[in-house]
Amino acid sequence: MQEIHIVDIRKLAETIKEKYNYDFTNYAMSSFKRRVSRILELYKFNNVESLIKKISESEAYFQEFLSEITVNVTEMFRDPSFWRVLRDKIIPNILLNHQKISIWHAGCSSGEEVYSMAILLKEMGILESSKIVATDIDPIIIEKAKKGVYPIKNMDLNDKNYLRVQGTEDFNKYYEEKNGYAYMDKSLVENVSFRIHDLVNGMVFSKFDIVMCRNVMIYFNQTLQNDVLKKLHESIFKYGYLAIGSKESLIWCEIANKFIVVNNEEKVYKKIKE
Amino acid sequence: MRFADINDSYRAVVIGGSAGSFQGITKILSNIPESFPLPIIMCLHRLKHVRNGFMEALSIKSVKPVIEPYDKEGIKKGKVYLAPANYHMYIELGHTFALSTESMVNNSRPSIDITLESSAYSYKQRLIGILLSGANKDGAIGMKTIKEKGGLTIVQDPAECLIDTMPTAALRITEIDYTLSIENIIKFLNELAKKYSN
Ligand SMILES: C[S@@+](CC[C@H](N)C(=O)[O-])C[C@H]1O[C@@H](n2cnc3c(N)ncnc32)[C@H](O)[C@@H]1O
Repeated sequence: MQEIHIVDIRKLAETIKEKYNYDFTNYAMSSFKRRVSRILELYKFNNVESLIKKISESEAYFQEFLSEITVNVTEMFRDPSFWRVLRDKIIPNILLNHQKISIWHAGCSSGEEVYSMAILLKEMGILESSKIVATDIDPIIIEKAKKGVYPIKNMDLNDKNYLRVQGTEDFNKYYEEKNGYAYMDKSLVENVSFRIHDLVNGMVFSKFDIVMCRNVMIYFNQTLQNDVLKKLHESIFKYGYLAIGSKESLIWCEIANKFIVVNNEEKVYKKIKE
Repeated sequence: MRFADINDSYRAVVIGGSAGSFQGITKILSNIPESFPLPIIMCLHRLKHVRNGFMEALSIKSVKPVIEPYDKEGIKKGKVYLAPANYHMYIELGHTFALSTESMVNNSRPSIDITLESSAYSYKQRLIGILLSGANKDGAIGMKTIKEKGGLTIVQDPAECLIDTMPTAALRITEIDYTLSIENIIKFLNELAKKYSN
């Protein structure tokens, strides 16, 4: 891989910002840089300059770039212990005071997290009455999430995770296997609203009982984490919950004092102040 | 064994290891002075879906606790860090950690190359890179980058390794400064620590 200079990365981010109104200037530098050099190799660009040129000339190409620059790796029931806490503690707690639950998956990628949630809620008997919104910055990945078709080889891990969550059913009843793919049961996401939404430049659009934003903010630097966290805070009802990735932390964000830690191991926070 | 270019200009030690490195790592961590002055940043191949246990196992014999850092946590002098399960661990320019879930590199997540390369960019000539026993080539490019940026490179003597693919791969593409047994790596780190004590 060739070495890329930070000035070139900045130029790239500036171009995108001016032309397409996406702001990558505060993405975490090292991983962003690595994604860029991967893209240079993938599309056989000689340098960042040629990538910038292509992006400014072609909107269609920019869409491809957007899809490649973001990291979409995900799985169902990632961190099984988190999902158990959600089912056994968090959701029952919300149900004490509410009849319905609203959930936002911010940065849902190809949808595995959303299907996991739907399965969990279904087994709790509250899927029908729940409202779920699932968003991502990447239009291509949102299309994948809507389809819910995954390579069958991924299902092995998903199945193992489901077992560790101790679900009540046979996992394979939730999908059909055809030509090497798992087709998820579409009724699970009938009531899910999949939308394109940019956490950086997008508006706060609603309020939820639970916001899931797992393994998304790790791609941001601390300044941006702080800004985005403010928006997430605004999108949660008072006494609602925020779940972030198991190796993320809020403690260095200004707004952290408006949350309390409900479960430190699984990184679940509760909003206690407006 | 004498180490010619040992001095107090270094600011971090980064260690990569895979199959067959656990014993060596444990020996190193239990035989460095408690006051070891630099951060030790470890990227070791580990089971992807077992989050707990490894850090604890390494901590048992270590002279200081082993920490799995959070995303964006600052690197502190004298602490021992371990890349968490199923995340790549980058070192940013401001000497903070940054985690990522992107695809595996060299069949590995965490990938040693990612940690080594990014620490080389971050610490430049103030970095010591150590690569131990392992069964694939992860880490070789990282060691090359450390050398290119002016850092000091050490591999575990392949003759001593349970599986020598990893150090051998590094030796093949880079003029590594020292090829040492675990015993001598320990001596090296103790000598190094002395340079900082006054
Ligand atoms: C690693 S995935 C996380 C998927 C899932 N939440 C999980 O934990 O497995 C990160 C997702 O964040 C999305 N993302 C990155 N920047 C974003 C932004 N500014 N707004 C919304 N989503 C973003 C990416 O497109 C990607 O799908």
